Amino acid sequence: MIREAPARVSGGGTGAGRRGKADGRSATGVRSGRGVNDFALKIATVNGTGSASANGLIMKSIFRMGAPVSGKNVFPSNIQGLPTWYEIRINAQGHVARTPGFDVLVAMNGETYERDIAEVAEGGWLLYDSSWPLARELRREDVNHIGVPLAEMCVKRFEGSRIRILMKNIAYAGALAALLDIDLDVIRGLLEETFGARKRHLLEANNTAIDLGHNYVTERYDCPLPIRVARPAGDELSWEGRILMDGNTAAALGCIYAGATVASWYPITPSTSLVDAFGKFAGSMRKDPDSGRMRAAIIQAEDELAAAGMTVGAGWAGARAFTATSGPGISLMSEFVGLAYYAEVPSVFFDIQRVGPSTGMPTRTQQCDLLLCAYASHGDTRHICLYPGDPAECFDFAVRAFDVADRFQTPVFVVSDLDVGMNDWAVPPLQWDPAYGPDRGKIKSAEELDRMDRFFRYLDVDGDGIAWRTIPGEHPLGAHLTRGSGHTKYGTYTEDAEGYTEVVDRISEKIESSAPVLPEPVMESVPGAEMALVTVGGCEGAVREAMDRLGNSGLHFNYMRVRGFPFAESVREFLAEQKRVFVVEQNRDGQLRSLLTTETGVAGASLEPVLYYGGLPMSAVHVVDGVLARLGAGPAGSPAPARTGAVA
Amino acid sequence: MTSITKPRVVHPGLAKNELGLTTRSYEGAMSTLCAGCGHDSVTAALVEALWSLSIEPHRVGKMSGIGCSSKTPGYFLEQSHGFNSVHGRMPAVATGANAANRELTYIGVSGDGDSLSIGLGQMCHAIRRNLNLLYLIENNGVYGLTKGQFSASADIGTKSKRGVPNLQAPIDPVHLGLSIGATFVARGFSGDKTQLVPILTAGIRHKGLALVDIISPCVTFNDHQGSTKSYQHTRDHFRPATEAALLDPPDMVEEMATINVGPIPPGQFRDVSLHDGSVVRFRAMHEEYDPTDRGTAAALVRRLQDRGEIPTGLLFVDPDAGDHHDVMNTVEEPLWSLPFEDLCPGSEVLSDMMARFR
Repeated sequence: MIREAPARVSGGGTGAGRRGKADGRSATGVRSGRGVNDFALKIATVNGTGSASANGLIMKSIFRMGAPVSGKNVFPSNIQGLPTWYEIRINAQGHVARTPGFDVLVAMNGETYERDIAEVAEGGWLLYDSSWPLARELRREDVNHIGVPLAEMCVKRFEGSRIRILMKNIAYAGALAALLDIDLDVIRGLLEETFGARKRHLLEANNTAIDLGHNYVTERYDCPLPIRVARPAGDELSWEGRILMDGNTAAALGCIYAGATVASWYPITPSTSLVDAFGKFAGSMRKDPDSGRMRAAIIQAEDELAAAGMTVGAGWAGARAFTATSGPGISLMSEFVGLAYYAEVPSVFFDIQRVGPSTGMPTRTQQCDLLLCAYASHGDTRHICLYPGDPAECFDFAVRAFDVADRFQTPVFVVSDLDVGMNDWAVPPLQWDPAYGPDRGKIKSAEELDRMDRFFRYLDVDGDGIAWRTIPGEHPLGAHLTRGSGHTKYGTYTEDAEGYTEVVDRISEKIESSAPVLPEPVMESVPGAEMALVTVGGCEGAVREAMDRLGNSGLHFNYMRVRGFPFAESVREFLAEQKRVFVVEQNRDGQLRSLLTTETGVAGASLEPVLYYGGLPMSAVHVVDGVLARLGAGPAGSPAPARTGAVA
Repeated sequence: MTSITKPRVVHPGLAKNELGLTTRSYEGAMSTLCAGCGHDSVTAALVEALWSLSIEPHRVGKMSGIGCSSKTPGYFLEQSHGFNSVHGRMPAVATGANAANRELTYIGVSGDGDSLSIGLGQMCHAIRRNLNLLYLIENNGVYGLTKGQFSASADIGTKSKRGVPNLQAPIDPVHLGLSIGATFVARGFSGDKTQLVPILTAGIRHKGLALVDIISPCVTFNDHQGSTKSYQHTRDHFRPATEAALLDPPDMVEEMATINVGPIPPGQFRDVSLHDGSVVRFRAMHEEYDPTDRGTAAALVRRLQDRGEIPTGLLFVDPDAGDHHDVMNTVEEPLWSLPFEDLCPGSEVLSDMMARFR
């Protein structure tokens, strides 16, 4: 029994371009339009109820239709019972960075109704479970209400409480398919792939639930809505042929392909899925076909201290080894990072950043470890960092990290974040060059040692700042005592100024010499532009979208995204050429800006921070508002930072 | 340079092992520890044990943390790679090294500060993994390099050099090891090489973690009257609970036939085979004793300590437990040496796999 008779609403809505303050966006930051392949959708549910499957189903169906799309999972640090959201954005121009304010909202969590409903854009649509009436005070005059008795339909149709809860989610997916014109065949195909012949009963249940939702809204509402999904036609931008992958999965695959054999780790959100994926891939790709034994060791350590120590120990013994963690783990690992830096042990550290300081917000994203990773540990240290901007780069940079670590005999950080690491991104398929061979750097083999009279681990015989190393157990001549205490170029203990200085100076030059071989910055020069936007990591989408919008207002910018540290000379040159530079990043204190100022010698006053650090992925609105605030505030060097930390 | 290179002195009369090497080939640089330091005696015992087993010197990995004990890898096996890492973290470094190359013999040298305070967690987890490692705790009850503070192994009532008594209960590595599942537990005394060398040889041969607590007096900060870790106190209270010898190859076939399964009556012996075929012969010194029964071993140690004695010897062994590689089910070859072709699935696999992400 449907308790609330829904009025038949016309989907005509309020037309494109109308935006008020209700959607949380400023006039300048607003998207260009709303319509076919241009809208944002948010689904509010309770975690632990199986809504992830339904959300993934919708996301992947849209993706398979070729429309440029992204999905952002906004989840709590909790196992069951707390609010969770999934946001999908479709944009024909390919601008799929997160955007605040939603055209369609699926409100499945009574606990968050009030705030969720407030996020619907004026003239937007609210899909809710009408098994219970929506409180009068929650209704908004400027929003179209679509009530679907999801719980009631599923209680009638299915037996058992668990399946009823699960299918309620699949039913809203069916309703959305009708409203947004998502191809039902694509949905059914995905369900078939997921459940197939093995779980026939689940396949049937899912298909039934899809029909329940689909049929209900088709019978009662004008479907599809004016905002809807369409397969890109003709010269429209299509993302067909891309893959949908998260950065942690891609990085794990990179570790497999790079030949990493030892992974040590301690569980921590949001890095856990990287090692989980490595384990899964290793299970199929690293099993010795004859013995069934593993060609990889995966060690769940007792803490991050031990995880780092195992990585360093394995690197010392000759393996390609890595650990994956997040900011709190890097804090603990810093002791070993310093040892590996000074003792010159190749090792790879993945930092999937989350909101700090301290425990911070474990399930929210930030770029707050840029300085920590660059200079981790006590003493004078400086580390090679790679900054992937999407999952494709996570794969590539994982492989490069091992090459660089081996070549420069030092710890290397792959600095990713929760948004890049855990959200599904539509990227071009990963590719592998069959000609690739690992760069193991300067290792003296047993045969070479056999022909030598003397070997000194830290002696720079080639004048390139990189000394030869040896693998333990290979040859007596290669033996030496590796230590974190003061040592000379001959590897002997020292407390002598000259002997100590000589080695640390060489290490400093060695690290500096890595800059030209690290991933080069992405740069784009716009004719006539005298200002630039500079960013790092997963902010690229938001910044490019902001550049488009600012360009429409006649404000043109050059663009640079740094991808490696130490910075290449080209980074300094780019900065020096600009009249004003806005450094866009996701932390409170402008860490990339600090790093650029410290490391390039470009005056800090000419680098102006544009920051968002509220924990959700960066949006174009943050960039546009931040830049306009700075431009309105006057010339470069004005003291007030453009901070939008509190704005979602 | 402040390190001291040891002069090479050739003694033609020195015995040679199966590799044709004398103990000189197993020595390292000159020790910079205090004259009379117990740790130097342990180093000498290690040299003898490694020599007697005819292990190729460069096939050993010497691992340590920080402290006086952790300096000693510089003083033996000059031809071996060593890693003097950070305080309390030797077990983690050894775990990683062992994961990368399971073929080397790993010797971890630690102390009571390194293992029972800052590194207590790592030590326990290395035991839990049954890492294939000889784990030595050179135990002197004090922090030497920072001038004589009590460590976590100091007994209640033991007095510092200035006469201040320790009031906190000690962490006893033997009790700890027995309670959390160590598969080889022994206690030695740096002043008794006759007992220590066979313990070390058996520990090296043991597949898994061999935990050896060695009372090794600090002559500078903890060798005075009133200290329970002094040479005098240890000699006065030292009590061999068992006598163990490594028989390699097992040469007493006839006697082996008489192996008894239960406790060993005082003076009798019992042989326990290790994974590689060598045999440890246990002889109970005073009481009935079963070296393969964790409960009996723990009870004996407790009983003797309650009487104020320091029970020593190879106290417990479980020769059949799997080590960390068994748990990880890794291949026989050292992981670091696997050819890249065996590790990288190649471009076709990747391109096929992309279908799963469409």
